[in-house]
Amino acid sequence: MRGLGKSLALVVLVGVLLGGLWNIVIPSQVGAAEPYKIGAVFSITGVGSFLGEPEKKTAEMIAEEVNKKGGINGHPLELVVYDDESDTTKCNLAVKKLIKKDEVPVIVGPTRSGETLAVVSVVEEAHVPLISCATSYKIVTPIESRQWVFKVAASDAHVVAKLFDYMKAKGWTKIAIMTDSTGYGASAREEFLRLAPESGITILADERFGPQDTDLTPQLTKIRSTQPQAIVNWSVGPTQIIAVKNWRDLGMDSIPLFQSHGFGSKKNLELAGKAAEGVMLALARVNVGPILPDGQPQKKAILDYTKAYEDRFKEPISSFGGHASDAMNLAIAALQAVGPDPAKIRDYLEKTTKFVGMHGIFNFSPQDHNGLSKDDLEMVVVKNGDWALATW
Amino acid sequence: MSRKDWGIFLGTMLLIGVFPWLVKPFKAVSHYIDIMVFAGIFTLISIGLSMLMGYAGQISMAQAAFFGIGAYTSGILTTRFGLNPWLVMPVGMLLAAVVAWLLGIPALRLKGHYLAMATLGFGVIVHIVLSEEVNWTGGPSGMADIPSLTIAGTRLTSEIAYYYLVWAAVFLVLLFCFLVLHSRVGRALRAIHEEQTAAEAMGVPTARLKVQVFVLSAVLAALAGSFYTHYVTFLNPGSFNLMWSIRFMLMVMVGGMQSLWGALLGTVLMTFVGNEWLQVFADFEILAYGAILLVVALFLPRGLVSLISQGFGSRKVRPSLADGSS
Repeated sequence: MRGLGKSLALVVLVGVLLGGLWNIVIPSQVGAAEPYKIGAVFSITGVGSFLGEPEKKTAEMIAEEVNKKGGINGHPLELVVYDDESDTTKCNLAVKKLIKKDEVPVIVGPTRSGETLAVVSVVEEAHVPLISCATSYKIVTPIESRQWVFKVAASDAHVVAKLFDYMKAKGWTKIAIMTDSTGYGASAREEFLRLAPESGITILADERFGPQDTDLTPQLTKIRSTQPQAIVNWSVGPTQIIAVKNWRDLGMDSIPLFQSHGFGSKKNLELAGKAAEGVMLALARVNVGPILPDGQPQKKAILDYTKAYEDRFKEPISSFGGHASDAMNLAIAALQAVGPDPAKIRDYLEKTTKFVGMHGIFNFSPQDHNGLSKDDLEMVVVKNGDWALATW
Repeated sequence: MSRKDWGIFLGTMLLIGVFPWLVKPFKAVSHYIDIMVFAGIFTLISIGLSMLMGYAGQISMAQAAFFGIGAYTSGILTTRFGLNPWLVMPVGMLLAAVVAWLLGIPALRLKGHYLAMATLGFGVIVHIVLSEEVNWTGGPSGMADIPSLTIAGTRLTSEIAYYYLVWAAVFLVLLFCFLVLHSRVGRALRAIHEEQTAAEAMGVPTARLKVQVFVLSAVLAALAGSFYTHYVTFLNPGSFNLMWSIRFMLMVMVGGMQSLWGALLGTVLMTFVGNEWLQVFADFEILAYGAILLVVALFLPRGLVSLISQGFGSRKVRPSLADGSS
């Protein structure tokens, strides 16, 4: 028995070490011409998996399509994807691995702001361009120390500005905000508080709650007592459904409710059901392809992506997959134009303008590594359990 | 320290010293240096934890919190007040020491695993504070653009430089801990671990010694936190939650609790397992960890280091090992 135990322990140990060797020995796939590489880091598992999973699927789908069409200038495209497990340390290591082991000339991702900020110094040091799929404005500011970093997701400031424009158009200037204590909620809260004074908006109540909270009645009751003209809820996960239901149950539906763009998935509409009627949000066009007016420059690209993704994966598209699509297509366009040279790719990205993507028409510049504006968003209202363009 | 201990010490130092030059020429493993930098940072924590668990017989579930205290003290003082990173390192360590002392005094006067309970709660509190004190910590969105360490005006940004810095710190700490363990204090600690009542009867101030070791473990974790901060140059609360405390404990247990070499071995191994070799498990990481822990606890109660010491052929070790595993 004793001997058995010892050998079992040894087998496990040897297994683990062999697992390590496995990674080393397996050669990368060899194509006809020298393949062009794109590195990708997504939060495929962990708490960010609902973001990273569609991103990974989209990136792989696009890489396959490119290879089916003969690659980039005759070079097959090799996509190297690592999972950061929604962990900053792992993300840091994954990006270093992409740079050192895989020697990729351009990196797509990471999924979330925290992981992205944890690798900014790595890519700046290594001089490899990175196209993040995360939102935080800190990813591309200050631009002097973000020379190699780009991002394709709209900043919270854009979304907040869009909401403020709409509110002012409707004459709602006294509002209440409620945000969750995740990076997503906290970063938007900063923007609300920062932009409100200069936009002529007064924030009467500023309520916060935890991402695991199961009841938001206290926050809403407190908000009601300040008599705002509109309420904004900013959270991810179940709390955005709970906010809608509590708002309805408390009979507060005479005060319009706005949600973050995180609410922009069909699944949330199903979960919230009838309670969500009339809820408004600023959404990227990728989420509302079918209802865009004909002739809108992004419409065709969005419908093509929507069809390809939904046919293949049998699940609705999300804005997150859209980020991965934009990042991949930018990287591919750069590879096509200048080849696998990190410095040239960086310069090409910085000069890219009028690039029609899922989340808007990108206009990058040496001062702006995001390239989007509030005009790339649409105000959307929930109508009959579906999205409809809001009337201004 | 005996001649054999010195031999192992110098041998390991040599191995760590040449490691970067061994892996650097091979592209497929060149990034192992980066993993080893984190392994070194984590080893600082696990050495302290090994002293606490293996020698003082106490469990702390708050090492990630002390890690966070060191990290955030460095982060806040260098970004908000523009202080020199080297100067603030001792501040974080001092803060962690004070906190650990306050926490340890009541908890360690009691027998049994009260420290585990107290630190479990404390770890959660620290995590909440890091997430909620947005004005100071940046909250969940974190704190970016923390300056790197500099030596004589040169920024330490290359992995190799940081690798040697971190591992030099590890060996200094190891040396210090070996000296402590081979002193009167060390013998007293071992006595506490074997049988607290007997130790007390011999006149060992058990409560005071346990608090001191706990404070040492917190200080080492805070030091690791400062190194982490200036290496990654970004902080968010996710790196300092309960899961990390459990990971640190696991590193110590896998390597072998009652040996500082075990802590080193376990940490390096588990850092590679978690970041490189067992990535496929991803969401099931905690299950994989559980399985590893179970195998180790059942068949290698003295950790992997016992396999190695056995391999070195000191026959006398065998019977005691067998007793442990039956």
